[in-house]
Amino acid sequence: MTQWSGYFGLILQGALVTIELTLMGSVLALIMAFLAGLGRLSRFFALRALATAYIEFFRGTSIFVQLFFAYFVLPLLGLELTPLQAGVLALGLNVGAYAAEVVRGAVQSIGREQHEACIALNLGRWQGMRHVILPQAFLVMLPTFGNNAIELLKATSVVSLISLADLTFQAQVVRAQTGNTMVPFTTILVIYFILALLISWAVRSLERHMARGLDGVRV
Amino acid sequence: MDWDWDFVRQILPTLIQGVKITILATLLGSVLAAIVGLGIALARRSPNKALSRTVGWVAEFIRGTPLLVQLYFIFYVLPDIGILLPPLVAGVIGLGLHYGTYTAEVYRAGIDNVPRGQWEAAKACNLSTRQTWSHIIIPQAIPPMIPALANYFIAMFKETPLLSAITVLELMNQAKSVANTYYRYLEPITLVGAFFLAISLISVVLLRWLERRYGKIER
Repeated sequence: MTQWSGYFGLILQGALVTIELTLMGSVLALIMAFLAGLGRLSRFFALRALATAYIEFFRGTSIFVQLFFAYFVLPLLGLELTPLQAGVLALGLNVGAYAAEVVRGAVQSIGREQHEACIALNLGRWQGMRHVILPQAFLVMLPTFGNNAIELLKATSVVSLISLADLTFQAQVVRAQTGNTMVPFTTILVIYFILALLISWAVRSLERHMARGLDGVRV
Repeated sequence: MDWDWDFVRQILPTLIQGVKITILATLLGSVLAAIVGLGIALARRSPNKALSRTVGWVAEFIRGTPLLVQLYFIFYVLPDIGILLPPLVAGVIGLGLHYGTYTAEVYRAGIDNVPRGQWEAAKACNLSTRQTWSHIIIPQAIPPMIPALANYFIAMFKETPLLSAITVLELMNQAKSVANTYYRYLEPITLVGAFFLAISLISVVLLRWLERRYGKIER
């Protein structure tokens, strides 16, 4: 009979690394999403081109290749990264590119009359964006952001391949030490699923919280 | 470290071997995903509550957990219960199952988008269930689904590097083995990235054409 409690501790440590990666990656992705999403709507051609190039590049190549590039190729170009930094960088930039399109779509979905109202109130471009457009657009973005966060959580399993001790990596360790494959892999599948459910629950309650008092205003 | 064209020429034949496997895996995976998705979509519409609930939950679970872990599960756990699969077969099953849960949503939306009147007209014309599906519903439901399905097949193509983790000798694995042999990471990994970027840029053009040809459905 294998002593499972010790191994379960290992898996829990892995879960902490996975959660940490997901949170840090999400923060980076959120920042990139707003930078690139608003960049695509900019008046200046250079900004638009830069944002489009970023989005197309990171959506066009797979997360796996980006991660390997960050971990194995960037050091050759003089940028040394720890596995955690490489993981957060690749995950954040990759998911940020997908989320940038969400930001753009949501901002564009806000009706013309809101933009006209901003002009009528003599708000500047930035003021209008900050106080009128974004607060409304953010509610539109939230559900898709939730899906993006779950995609990010699932993508974190890839970092086990650059020797970062996340859930998947620890499951491999347990498999190597006990010779049992069924138990560790089933356990981490369940843990991933619970984390995904947690994310979708958190996003839904945030949405409900932010939509409070807007009944009948939103279509 | 400088870019070395001679080295590129030397490794190119090996990488092309990998490209063939990558494309093969994508094609087989797409076919499987299309079939699995249809199966899930039909099962979820079944009047048998137990069946539709169970399938719904299983699909939700597969969608909420990482593809990499599912691949490990198929490749390492199934042999314990006597199912020994070659790596490529395990990979194709993993891709097909994972993306099947996504294509199921596309089928569901496509079928739901056929107006009620069509069902009623089929009933009024005294068509059997079989005839209704094959002559009325499917021909109208399929064309709007095509762009969305293609979208997922492209996403699957970008996930194929994960198969390298279960020892399928596709592009990423060939690149890694070349890189480990010569201890040069810059060229192989960059070439893999460039290859994926090139294919996805082409597929974006193809997707735009499909959307114009078959019309966009709501995502």
